Amino acid sequence: MTYVPHTEAERAEMLAAIGVDRIGALFGDVPEQVRFPKLKLPPACSEIEIEREMQALAGRNLGTDPSASFLGAGAYHHYRPATVDYVLQRGEFYTAYTPYQPEVSQGVLQALFEYQSMMCRLTALEVSNASHYDGATALAEAVLLALNVGQGKRSKILLSPAVHPQYRAVVKTYLRGIPAVVAGDEDGGAGLDRLKSQLDQSTAALVVQSPNFFGQFEALEGLSALVHAAGALLIVVTDPIALGRFRPPGAYGADVAVADGQCLGIPPSFGGPHLGIFATRMAHVRRLSGHLVGETVDLEGRRGYVLTLATREQHIRRARATSNICTNSTACALAATAYLATMGKAGLRQVAELCFHKSHYAAAAIARLDGFLVNPQAPQRPFFKEFVVRLPRPATEVSRRLREEFGIIGGYDLGPDYPHLQQHMLIAVTELHTRAAIDRLVAALEQIAK
Amino acid sequence: MKSGANAMPADKIRSKAAIIPTLYEQSVRGRRGIDLPDADVPEAPMPAEELNLDCDLPELSQLDVVRHFLALSQRNFGIDTGFYPLGSCTMKYNPKVNEQIARLAGFAETHPLQDPESVQGNLELMFSLQQWLAEIGGFAGVSLQPAAGAHGEFTGLLMMRAYHRDRGELERTRILIPDSAHGTNPASTTMAGFTAVELPSDARGNIDLDAVRAACDRTVAGIMMTNPNTLGLFEEHIGEVVRLVHDCGGLVYGDGANLNALAGIARPGDLGFDVMHFNLHKTFATPHGGGGPGAGPVGVSAKLADFLPGPVIDIARGENGAARYLPAEPTKSIGRVSTFGGNFGMFVRAYAYIRRHGGAGLRANSEHAVLNANYLRIKLRDTFRVPFDRMNMHEFVCQGAVESTGIRALDISKRLLDYGFHPPTNYFPLIVPEALMIEPTETESKPTLDAFVAAMQAIAAETQSDPGLVKGAPYSTPVRRLDEVRAARAVVLADRAKAAAG
Repeated sequence: MTYVPHTEAERAEMLAAIGVDRIGALFGDVPEQVRFPKLKLPPACSEIEIEREMQALAGRNLGTDPSASFLGAGAYHHYRPATVDYVLQRGEFYTAYTPYQPEVSQGVLQALFEYQSMMCRLTALEVSNASHYDGATALAEAVLLALNVGQGKRSKILLSPAVHPQYRAVVKTYLRGIPAVVAGDEDGGAGLDRLKSQLDQSTAALVVQSPNFFGQFEALEGLSALVHAAGALLIVVTDPIALGRFRPPGAYGADVAVADGQCLGIPPSFGGPHLGIFATRMAHVRRLSGHLVGETVDLEGRRGYVLTLATREQHIRRARATSNICTNSTACALAATAYLATMGKAGLRQVAELCFHKSHYAAAAIARLDGFLVNPQAPQRPFFKEFVVRLPRPATEVSRRLREEFGIIGGYDLGPDYPHLQQHMLIAVTELHTRAAIDRLVAALEQIAK
Repeated sequence: MKSGANAMPADKIRSKAAIIPTLYEQSVRGRRGIDLPDADVPEAPMPAEELNLDCDLPELSQLDVVRHFLALSQRNFGIDTGFYPLGSCTMKYNPKVNEQIARLAGFAETHPLQDPESVQGNLELMFSLQQWLAEIGGFAGVSLQPAAGAHGEFTGLLMMRAYHRDRGELERTRILIPDSAHGTNPASTTMAGFTAVELPSDARGNIDLDAVRAACDRTVAGIMMTNPNTLGLFEEHIGEVVRLVHDCGGLVYGDGANLNALAGIARPGDLGFDVMHFNLHKTFATPHGGGGPGAGPVGVSAKLADFLPGPVIDIARGENGAARYLPAEPTKSIGRVSTFGGNFGMFVRAYAYIRRHGGAGLRANSEHAVLNANYLRIKLRDTFRVPFDRMNMHEFVCQGAVESTGIRALDISKRLLDYGFHPPTNYFPLIVPEALMIEPTETESKPTLDAFVAAMQAIAAETQSDPGLVKGAPYSTPVRRLDEVRAARAVVLADRAKAAAG
């Protein structure tokens, strides 16, 4: 069936008004030889049947118990308060378009203004846009902003190898068509010092992630001074949950902070939709991509909100726009706003601390097992909620046995992205993991190692 | 907002509590919205040098939070609120069952980096959706990865670039774009490293064929066509345009924003398009979300299939004939355009939508979308001038200016708000002065369309009887016209209130 409401009588009346006798006559401009193809699609089904079919499909997936999954690597299981989905399910929000008519869009505009405010406070930066698609595309847009600031004289982007491999891949795709070079991540094991040594007059930006892909805090102190001395921008990829307790990118002198906000009340949902967070300094506001919500007043002096500085955007500036982005991730930004409002200052701090303590408990327990090493590459660097484990057996084998014998979804196999980390697994622990769940993982790893 | 609201002075009909304090303004030190369990593990020493002093988030009770967002939602207009004829945006009904399905734990809780063996349901869903979109569009391959329409355009253009470079044709640097195109087309072109060349439209609203002919040479990488175009008109010379571009070695990109006129009516691939993005949030009714997230999968002809962003989902048959789904990298892939596999939550909804409709249902959707749009054009054309007045597809453009009164399209739009309708798209396409671009979609009934026509006619009468009334609209909304100049000059982009002051 369809959701078309027309009765036969209404249809006839409308066709008569138009002056045609049948609905097919409306398509005279469509070349006859291609008109009305017979589509090879499964036949239509009812609402009951589609629910059944989708439940069957969903039922063929494992990993639906977050406390038995230790996968992170850019998407995380965190607690989502019931308030978040309550807000998301308001039809006035989720069935609206981009708020181009502000008089009837004050709800989403104010929510986005509050989102921008929270992102500025969390990152310690001055301006946040209203969202990007995901963390990786936010990073790619940050790199484009840096190249724009460099005005063609600076074309080198230094990417730390400890930035999420998929983020680096997306940046490289985004730069395919324009004169820019990416350097710094040739050697997957290289540290920050190597990256610093590559800074020069052609560098537009240096990109680091902290906590990095391996879960560790990078030594950011003093980095911005070096980067700025070279005339480049410092771009920091971060984890918004960590910002509940740990120093924000702005405090380290970052020019741009980007992150994926999926951890803020959005389900992993097999990879999307997620939320691209993008914050920077006011100096770059006119080079920023994406929507911005600004405060103003109506003609009676009442406070209100509008999309602003739109001359940066594609619908006005066309070929000279800062970006092509139009649709973004507003509903996810709304989720993050509701999440952070519910959590508040104390709640987010507690989530961050629980992640820290539980992951350290897990790391210490695994480190005690024979044949396992934790963070062997940099054992002294502090970490947040993820850590690297060197396994006594291949990661694929460990993952398979965890799943088949213990019903546990293991960590991320680092070998394919980092050749020097064969037999290494990245394990994520959050506030959703009880001590018992962690103990089960540790016991399972011990069994598998035997 | 009631239909036909009169022009009573604003302060008489609006609540005194018109301003909703921000979350920061409502913050009170020490309030909590949620509790979390105490740590059940020993506390580990935290690195002092990495700790922040304060995280400046507001502090509210849970009821504060709920009331805040409920109040905000009540000052927002969605499809669920009322008729939303926003041209080029396809604001059709978003089925509620799809929202329920997308929240099933078996979908929502799965992690994108799980072993393929543990997510065969997800991968089968993605594989099927790829197949169905390819069938609907007439394409050889589909990648679901792009997150939005503009993202799909960028992806398509990068594939076109890679295709030409693969053939050693580095001189192909220009992309032809009609002057009626969406702004994303030229913006995506620049991002992909091409030069956008704007081509004029002819007197019937088609792209000017002579201009296409004159522009086609060895420097052309391709053309970006929206068909039906943004005037809502099927391009009458599409076959010739495609032939001209192909003959000079270029490729044809299709902006799929208007696919709601064509699904089941004609396949862009059959018309000769080489690549097109699908807006799942338009044609396949995944919600617009107040501006996103959407999903913008790309479909391609055989010559571009190897260049798709990877991974795509492939199928293999086991020894017992059982299907097994797994990610695969196209041989000449342009690489990733987003993390993981794209906006999976939208794939679930689009899958359910296509399954509910089948091929005949999709065709019926397009037919009724076109029926509704033509009906509105016929009913409105004597009131508001329709510059290209011929049989249209799923949308049409009229002009909102009323001579000698100074009334503009913007005024008509704002007055519509008082009648309880969301306005059409304003001032687009750029080639029509004072454009009002109207797309009713198929899910609106005749009584709704008739009520809209009546409102438009009433407003037209008001422009004669009391133009000041129209110029001052809206009156019944939570705020009246907002000072956009001030917003762009004062530039207040974040709340100045300090959380938990006092």
